[in-house]
Amino acid sequence: MKLNRRAFIKSAAAGSAIVAAGSIFPGISFAGWQQQEGASGQISWQKAPCRFCGTGCGVLVGVSGDRAVAVKGDPNCSVNKGLCCVKGFHSVQALYGKDRIKKAQIRRNGKMVEVPMAEALDVIAAKIKETMEKHGKDSVAMYGSGQWTIPDGYVASKLFKGCLGTNNVEANARLCMASAVTGFMTSFGIDEPMGCYEDIEHADVFVTWGNNMAEMHPVLFSRMLASRKRKKNVTIIDFATRTTRSSQASDKSILFKPSTDLAVANAICYEIIHNDWVNWDFVNRHTTFHKGKTNIGYGTEDHFSFTDVPEDITFEQYKTFLEDYTPEKVEKISGVSAKDIKYMASLYGDPTKKVTSFWCMGMNQHVRGTWIQNLVYNIHLLTGKISTPGNSPFSLTGQPSACGTVREVGTLTHALPHGVVMNEHDREMAAKIWDVPVTNIDPKPTYHTVEMFRALDRGDIRFMWIQVTNPMVTMPNLIRYRNGALKDDRFIVVSDVYPTPTTDVADVILPATLWIEQEGMFGNSERRTAHFDRIVPGPGDTMSDTWQIIEVARRLGFQKQFPWGEDEYIGKIWEEYRRFHDGPKHNMASYEMLKERSGVQWPFVNGKETRWRFNTKHDPACKPGTDFDFYGKKDGKAWIWARPYEPAAESPDQEYNFWLNTGRVIEHWHTGSMTRRIPVLHNAMPESYVEINPEDAADLGVVTGENVKIISRRGSVTMKASINGRGVPPRGMVFVPFFDESYLINEVTLDAFCPISKQPDYKKCAVRLEKA
Amino acid sequence: MPILSFLVLPQAGAMEQLCADLSAMEHCEIIPSDNQEVVVLVTDTPDEKTENKLQEMLKNLPSLQSISMTFGHNAE
Repeated sequence: MKLNRRAFIKSAAAGSAIVAAGSIFPGISFAGWQQQEGASGQISWQKAPCRFCGTGCGVLVGVSGDRAVAVKGDPNCSVNKGLCCVKGFHSVQALYGKDRIKKAQIRRNGKMVEVPMAEALDVIAAKIKETMEKHGKDSVAMYGSGQWTIPDGYVASKLFKGCLGTNNVEANARLCMASAVTGFMTSFGIDEPMGCYEDIEHADVFVTWGNNMAEMHPVLFSRMLASRKRKKNVTIIDFATRTTRSSQASDKSILFKPSTDLAVANAICYEIIHNDWVNWDFVNRHTTFHKGKTNIGYGTEDHFSFTDVPEDITFEQYKTFLEDYTPEKVEKISGVSAKDIKYMASLYGDPTKKVTSFWCMGMNQHVRGTWIQNLVYNIHLLTGKISTPGNSPFSLTGQPSACGTVREVGTLTHALPHGVVMNEHDREMAAKIWDVPVTNIDPKPTYHTVEMFRALDRGDIRFMWIQVTNPMVTMPNLIRYRNGALKDDRFIVVSDVYPTPTTDVADVILPATLWIEQEGMFGNSERRTAHFDRIVPGPGDTMSDTWQIIEVARRLGFQKQFPWGEDEYIGKIWEEYRRFHDGPKHNMASYEMLKERSGVQWPFVNGKETRWRFNTKHDPACKPGTDFDFYGKKDGKAWIWARPYEPAAESPDQEYNFWLNTGRVIEHWHTGSMTRRIPVLHNAMPESYVEINPEDAADLGVVTGENVKIISRRGSVTMKASINGRGVPPRGMVFVPFFDESYLINEVTLDAFCPISKQPDYKKCAVRLEKA
Repeated sequence: MPILSFLVLPQAGAMEQLCADLSAMEHCEIIPSDNQEVVVLVTDTPDEKTENKLQEMLKNLPSLQSISMTFGHNAE
């Protein structure tokens, strides 16, 4: 048996390398390679979605006894077609870190003491009750995540919004995709992409907007490269602020100055109009023109408030607005040559080419995040390159269920599983399904994420329960929010799987099950919901986040709303939840169907998934008699917005003369709390670093490996320099990955956000450097 | 008792030599690609000392241009 297992591991090791080779060299084949099936009789395989990004790859988890021992790509999943990236391949090792949290802990006399789970849950319920009695219903809050399963987020929303009557529910997806939501809502009146990953095989041109897909969405990037190799006439344009692995693999890399993507997008529209590349039939029948407020602020002050006021404009007014954005004028703002702007416009404008635009954090984490989404949609709308195979403006997500749990379940302060708290009809629907009085649901949103942590600091919030996320690494302007959480009369509950800087500030720690130790569902970037079973048992006293919330809800007297048994609750919750989406615009597959398939796309109508929304040929929700129906808007027409270029909240000046840009690396998931416990990933990327342009490094007198101090108006961090590494920023910019809790770069970043989406900008603030 | 896998790239024109070199080394198994110059190498060593020795030999192989690890397992 030992020999079999070893042979199996060797087979898995070979499989990992072969898949990695396939993603680096598309089209490669290994004749000597035997499929892993049959490599060992000891292994059984079960399907699950990967949890290490928003792509939603299907994986097969190999189980031996009660332990997950291997992973391979699921060939039946249309997302990855059997591929896996390096994180996915090693994902099960995240379950078995030596310092896994297995017991509940309560802080007593300043020290964390292990207690039985029931005692910890009693304390949490009592504290919620006491805090609400003392300080009001809006003094308690839940902060979750795009890594929450759909049932996790659903019960959190039901307990807090439906039962406790507070809209203090937010999720870290506010930090990663809120601008994508407001972009969709303002342009189309309805959330989530119209296209799907099949666009990759149909498109002739890809433009990646501030999106290092080679590292962040490697499986999709591999599909793009494979398509280029197969079709020969595919062009990939990397439009970004620094040179990355994606730039190296693209046909053309175009760099722009931070925030000036707004100006370039407008210049592309200018070119499309002035070269008469407008698809007039599409524009006349399916779009209207609008403008909103300008000089809208940056949200750096407490209680910041902004409401946009849209106005109708004519096409001629829009055309006049674009006069400020000729390629020649924009070259001066953006650093992108007029020639390159015209080239990009010509690709979008060529009626024979199908164009897909991809983006993720570069456009989302942007103080004008909503605007830049609007402007990229403008390009696709003016040319009519939308909602058809290969023509797709496509917003990718970073987390496995940012779409499924946060956007669709509505775990943001203003949202409900269907609609928003401000809408009476939506509140009535929620109250009916949740079996609570409609008066329980407050019609007023409370705090978005940044303001929620400000409220914790101020004392407006006294109790916060944090699940599946690590805000004491990820909040911008972190020092303020950590100090706020540590104040004496704040009570913090953290449900997690490993110790983190967030568990360091906790008063109660609950041991959580991780991924396939529980049953659940995730929803990916292309509207695909994927179910996974409890494949292996969780260690010690670990409990699913969903069940933790149910236990607390029952202790607070809400047995009627949370009546399910432990062997059935996920199926029951799913069937209750999908009642919110009943109808052709968002119908979801049944629990049984989700269990059977490797993911199902919504709208799922009459047994059929919808690949391209708003296109009558593909989407049953469209009105008959038209080719496109943007039914999120009352008149069925998408909005083209006049949105200007405005600068970042903080730009380099004489004192702080560098841009700071932050992001991720392929080896690590978010704050690294899981992937840093996977030896091969940790060894490949053991610590964070600061990328510096070689000329700036020479000016500073540092070489790779020497320490550099990065200083902003808010804090500083000292870390090793990386020069000509995998990423190279332009002169005047540094880049730091945020995965490493030993180097808290968010003590340096600024908590400015898009006034419409309230999503912070992690890509742009001013710092200075010192050789340390 | 580590099991590791790597992607190995040969020096220009040295694919055959690389495959021969790796095949001749103890604790190594290789899977050459049909249509690209890349080799999958799986190593299986009994202890750390042997592992370190093997790594040293790999590093000094003249036919090898670069090597990158894709999988690691240490059966303790």
